Amino acid sequence: MAQMSYLEAIRDALLGEMRRDPRVFVLGEDIGVYGGAFGITKGFVEEFGPWRVIDAPLAETANVGAGVGAAVMGMRPVVEMQFADFISDAFTQVVNVAAKFHWRTGTPLPLVLRMPYGGDVKGGPFHSQCMEAWFVHTPGLKVVAPAFAADAKGLLTAAIRDPNPVMFFEHKHLYRYRTEEVPDGEHVTPIGLARTVRDGTALSVFSYGWMLHKCLAAADTAAQDGIDAEVLDLRSLAPLDREAILGSVRKTGKALVVHEAVRTAGIGAEVASLIAEEAFDALDGPVIRLGSEDAPVPHSPVLEAAFQPSIDEIASAIRALAAY
Amino acid sequence: MSAIQATSAAGETLQPSDLLEMLYYMRLQRAVEDRGIKLYYQGRIPGAYFTGFGHEATVVGAAYALGPDDLLAPMHRDLAAYIMRGMPVRQVFAQFLDREGGPTRGRDGNVHMGDPRLGILPFISHMAASVPVAAGMALACRQRGEPRVVLTYFGDGATSTGAWHEGVNFAAVFRLPLVLVLENNQYAYSTPLDRQTAARAFIDKAPGYGIPGVAVDGNDVVAVHDAARDAVARARDGGGPTLIECRTMRMRGHSEADRFTYVPPALLEEWAARDPIARFEGRLRDAGVLSPETDDAMQARIAQEVEEGLEWAEASPEPSPATVADGVYAPN
Repeated sequence: MAQMSYLEAIRDALLGEMRRDPRVFVLGEDIGVYGGAFGITKGFVEEFGPWRVIDAPLAETANVGAGVGAAVMGMRPVVEMQFADFISDAFTQVVNVAAKFHWRTGTPLPLVLRMPYGGDVKGGPFHSQCMEAWFVHTPGLKVVAPAFAADAKGLLTAAIRDPNPVMFFEHKHLYRYRTEEVPDGEHVTPIGLARTVRDGTALSVFSYGWMLHKCLAAADTAAQDGIDAEVLDLRSLAPLDREAILGSVRKTGKALVVHEAVRTAGIGAEVASLIAEEAFDALDGPVIRLGSEDAPVPHSPVLEAAFQPSIDEIASAIRALAAY
Repeated sequence: MSAIQATSAAGETLQPSDLLEMLYYMRLQRAVEDRGIKLYYQGRIPGAYFTGFGHEATVVGAAYALGPDDLLAPMHRDLAAYIMRGMPVRQVFAQFLDREGGPTRGRDGNVHMGDPRLGILPFISHMAASVPVAAGMALACRQRGEPRVVLTYFGDGATSTGAWHEGVNFAAVFRLPLVLVLENNQYAYSTPLDRQTAARAFIDKAPGYGIPGVAVDGNDVVAVHDAARDAVARARDGGGPTLIECRTMRMRGHSEADRFTYVPPALLEEWAARDPIARFEGRLRDAGVLSPETDDAMQARIAQEVEEGLEWAEASPEPSPATVADGVYAPN
C-alpha cells in the first residue's frame, strides 16, 4: 500500500497500463510537454514519446473522434477532456459513433474518456458540471465515478482494459482532497460493483463522487443522535449495481439518494424507480432524493454553497427519513 | 466554381485489365442500386433508400488507388467501394432488406453499414462524423509504423460541419496518412453549393489547412484515379493528407423519397450527357479494350451476381426479436 492522492492514483493507473500494454496511449489538450492542466501526465511524454502522449489541437470532436478511430484499429486510447464540460463539443462522437459501434458491427470499441468533472472548485457554469446522467442514458457506454483514490486507480485500470467505451468521471475537488491508501502494482476494481463504505441498519444512503464524502460526514453527525446509517458508494453508474442497492434497501427499509448533479432526471431518479419497482414491499418510508438545484452551477462560492447539497441538508434528510 | 483542371496522362499505370475492372465495379454499383430502387418501390426495403447515380467514377476511381491493407471510411453514395474492399453483394442486399445476413444484422438500415474486419468504417447519419474517426485510424497506422493509408469520402454539405474542419485539421497537424475525397455533387439534399461555402472552390480551403488540394472531373474515372493514386502515395510516404475535389452530379434525389424538384432540368441534361459509365464505356470501346464479347460477359456476370445476391438476401432470416438488446456491449 502507498499513500497517495486521488490525482496520483489516476496517474499511477495510467502509468501502469501504459507500461504494461503498448496499445495504450493518451491524447488531449496540453497533456504532453506541459503535463496536463492538473499535472496528471507530467513526465509522460519523456517516458513514452510524442506518439503515445499526444498534445492535440483544441478540438474535442477531433480528439474524441481520433480516439474512436484508433480504438477501431485495436489501440487502447485514453482521451482526456481538460474539463468534462467540454464533452458537449464532442457529443456525436460519444453518443452516436462510439456508443453504437459494437451494437452495429460486433467489433469492440475500447475507448476511455477521462472526464474531470464536478464543483467546489470555483469553476462556474462551464468548469463544474456533473453530466454523468447524459451518458448513463445512452446505451453502449459504461460510466464510472470513483470517490476514493484506490477506486480511482482500480476503476481506471478496469476502464482501460474494458472492450467498450468507458466514461471515467474523476472529481476535481477530490484530486488533492487528501491522501489515502492505494494498492501497489496492478489493481483492478471491477466495473459494475457498488461498495458498502459504512455499515448500518437504520437507512441506506446511496451516493458517489464528492457527495459520498459529504454523506459519510452527515452519517457521522446522525450517529450522534443514535441513527445508524448505511452508506453505499455506487462507483459504477452504468451498469448500476442493482443487487447491492436492492440488498441494502431490503435490509434497512429506507433509502436516500444523494448526488451533486442536478436533481431532475439524475441517477437518483433511476435508483428511486429501481427501488420502487423491485423493493416496494421492503420500504418503510419514501425514497428521498437530494441533488443540486435545477440550475446551472454558479461561480460565486456563496451561491455554490447554496446550490449543492450540504452536509447539514444530508444530515437533516437522514434524520427525517429515520423518523418514519 | 473554377474550371476543372486538366487531367494527367490517362491511366499511365493502368493496364487494360485494370480499366475493365474499374468499369465492372462502376456498372456493378449501378446495377445493385438499380435493383434496390425496384425493391424500394415494391415496398420491400424498410425506410429510406439512397443511391450514388452519377458518382460511380468518383467512387471507383478513388477506391481503386488503395492497396490491399489500406482502410476505407465511405459514405452513402459509395456502394462500389464497399464491394471493392470485400463486402459481398449478397450482404449488401441483406442490409437493404434489414436481414440477419447484412453486416449490421438489421440493427442499421440501407447503406449505413461497414465492416471493421474488412477495414471499412461504418458511417453514421451525421455528415462528416467519419472524418475525425478516419484521422484516428490513420493515427493508429502512424503510431504502429504501418505503411497503410485511410481514404474517406464525404459530400459538399459535409464540408460545412465542424467535424469536417476538426478532422481535416487534426490529420493535417500530424501529417497523417489520410486521403480526403470530396464528392462535390452540387447539392446537399436540396441545398446548392452557394449555401455551403463562399469560397471560390472547395479546394481553396486546402491551403488553409496546410495541405495540397486538387480538383478533378469526378465523372472521369481515370482522372479521379490518377489524383487518388498520387494522394495515396503522398500519404504513404509521410506527406500527410490531400484534399481531392471530385466535381460530379447526383443524378437522383437525396433519397428515393426526395421529390427532386430543385434541380433545373437543363442542368440534369447537361450532366446526363457526361454520364461516367457511358463515357468510360465509349472510351474503352474506342481504345479497343472493351470488345462486344467482353462487354456481354461482364454484363452477364453482373446480372448473375445481382440476382444471386438478392436471392441469398431474401433467404436470410429476419433478425430475431429476442435479440433486440443483444450486443449493446462487447463482452469482457
